[in-house]
Amino acid sequence: MRVPVLRQGGCLIASVQDALTDSDLRDLQHRLAEHAGESGVHGVVIDVTVLDVIDSFASRIVSTIASTVRLRGADAVIVGIQPEVAFAMVQLGLTLDGVRTALDLDEGLALLRGPGDR
Amino acid sequence: MENHIAITGDVDIVTARSRAKDMAAELGFSRTDQTVIAAAVSEVARNILVYAGSGEICLQPRRGNGRWGLVAVASDQGPGIPDIDQALTEGYSTAGSLGVGLSGARRLMDSLEIDSEVGRGTTVTMCKWSHQRA
Repeated sequence: MRVPVLRQGGCLIASVQDALTDSDLRDLQHRLAEHAGESGVHGVVIDVTVLDVIDSFASRIVSTIASTVRLRGADAVIVGIQPEVAFAMVQLGLTLDGVRTALDLDEGLALLRGPGDR
Repeated sequence: MENHIAITGDVDIVTARSRAKDMAAELGFSRTDQTVIAAAVSEVARNILVYAGSGEICLQPRRGNGRWGLVAVASDQGPGIPDIDQALTEGYSTAGSLGVGLSGARRLMDSLEIDSEVGRGTTVTMCKWSHQRA
């Protein structure tokens, strides 16, 4: 299922709605790389609250998205990783080093606004 | 309750892990263990697709010592694994991936065995036991 990407102010919000296939993840990666370069975009939030598994492939794509978005001049934050999902990820050795995370969408957006920003 | 899932495309990986999770829930596994099992199944299902192109995941409940266990068997007729120890090494991959698939699945499950013959195929059998008494 294609992940909808919405724009809110200077942020893009990719809100995962359902389980994702590998091709859905690759599609999201390409679209976010594209849109992160649009004028005025300074941040990207990927909301993975509904994902009940993040395996090595998904984790690699998420890291790639975060790095790509940064190279395109914006910041990326992953929000909503569930406790069981986090536990399984750590056991798999998938710690998303260097990727910013926040508990939920509100905190993710706050993180992107940063202190002193509007 | 036995459940066979043919793996021929990436949609089947999603099906396999969701069936694994459902079966784990039915057997009374904790939410954490349901996720852990689904993640392990996802890794071995992807290995089938990446290395063999197609294969099958079979999920079956098992009872032992008054507990329920879930057995997942991933089988394919792919090229086989020449060096199983190496394939189980963290970070080793011949497919340009992270190389956490088999070693990660082994950490997530209580047991993981590999039976492989070069040119004939690979069977990975893994099991996780519920902490609750059946």
